[in-house]
Amino acid sequence: MTDSDETPIFDRLDAAIAVEAPVALATITEGPGVGAKLLFQPGEPVVGTLGDPDLDRVVTRDIEGELASGRTGVRHYGVHGEANETAVAIFIESFAPPPQMLIFGAVDFTAALARVGKVLGYRVTVCDAREVFATRARFPMADELVVDWPNRLLDQVGGGLGARDVVCVLTHDPKFDVPAITSALETGVGYIGVMGSRRTHDDRTKRLVEAGVTPEGLARLRSPIGLDLGARTPEETAISIVAEIIALRTGRTAPALKDTEGPIHR
Amino acid sequence: MKEILPDLKKWQKAGRRIAVARVVDVDGSGPRLPGAAMAVNEDGEVTGSVSGGCVEGAVVMEALDIIDSRDRRMVTFGYSDDEAFAVGLTCGGTIHLFIEPLDW
Repeated sequence: MTDSDETPIFDRLDAAIAVEAPVALATITEGPGVGAKLLFQPGEPVVGTLGDPDLDRVVTRDIEGELASGRTGVRHYGVHGEANETAVAIFIESFAPPPQMLIFGAVDFTAALARVGKVLGYRVTVCDAREVFATRARFPMADELVVDWPNRLLDQVGGGLGARDVVCVLTHDPKFDVPAITSALETGVGYIGVMGSRRTHDDRTKRLVEAGVTPEGLARLRSPIGLDLGARTPEETAISIVAEIIALRTGRTAPALKDTEGPIHR
Repeated sequence: MKEILPDLKKWQKAGRRIAVARVVDVDGSGPRLPGAAMAVNEDGEVTGSVSGGCVEGAVVMEALDIIDSRDRRMVTFGYSDDEAFAVGLTCGGTIHLFIEPLDW
């Protein structure tokens, strides 16, 4: 709200998003001081003001919780931050870091899935222990390329995986699959999809049971990976995988809208 | 807003005046969630979207007005029987947008 060309809050927001740091922006949308802003970044002093020190203090407290849970929406306050009053409407927009897609196995399907993962906003990591396959030339679209055993990568990053993140095991080689899956099951990752034919699936299930995976663990696996779209090409298969990821998140069974009733956006 | 940042910076660099429209609330069936954003520059160029294409045309008109007036305001789009010919969402929902100049 300055007369100059400077946009200090926007610049800080842009800089935080560029390095994938969590950041949240509060904007007064209704009430006194419309347009006033406060930018919150964990561990940093807040930037901007909503025009009242008490309101700033209360919103700074609330915005931290909103950002932690990735919520975006409107909250109401009194002009000095009073709860149960509605004089001021504040839009709090959380910019959580992108969710992670870890793809294990540098196979033909990997590049297509990595591309589709990028389209959906994932930070994509491709991991394969075989140096000749896991090359930058084959996977230029990946944010990160790791030449190592998937279970060793999970030992490092598994603790940070949560409900929004996904693991896709495309190796369909039991030597790599079994340790990768057992490691993935120890994390809080929201989706674990495992590629393979019905026969590969049956054989792998046997090996997983031998490795000590419980029925609850097996039930968590989406194996064979993907929705039954009749996909054949790597690109079609990638769509069937991400369609399953979306359906799992929303709790839908993924029939055609033509065959269902009720509002489309729920 | 994330996905429109590159265009916003490009326009800023070129010295264009810009208005940003953000979905802050949705009632009923709406195609985009709060946080969806579009922006318009003084030349009428558009980036991003706030619905499934139902109200973007009307948002451009509002945004150009806001670029001129330097005003900032809430704008609501939705369908009701009384205003069958007004700009609405084909999905039957209502979206509340906050539109303001990029001057912050």
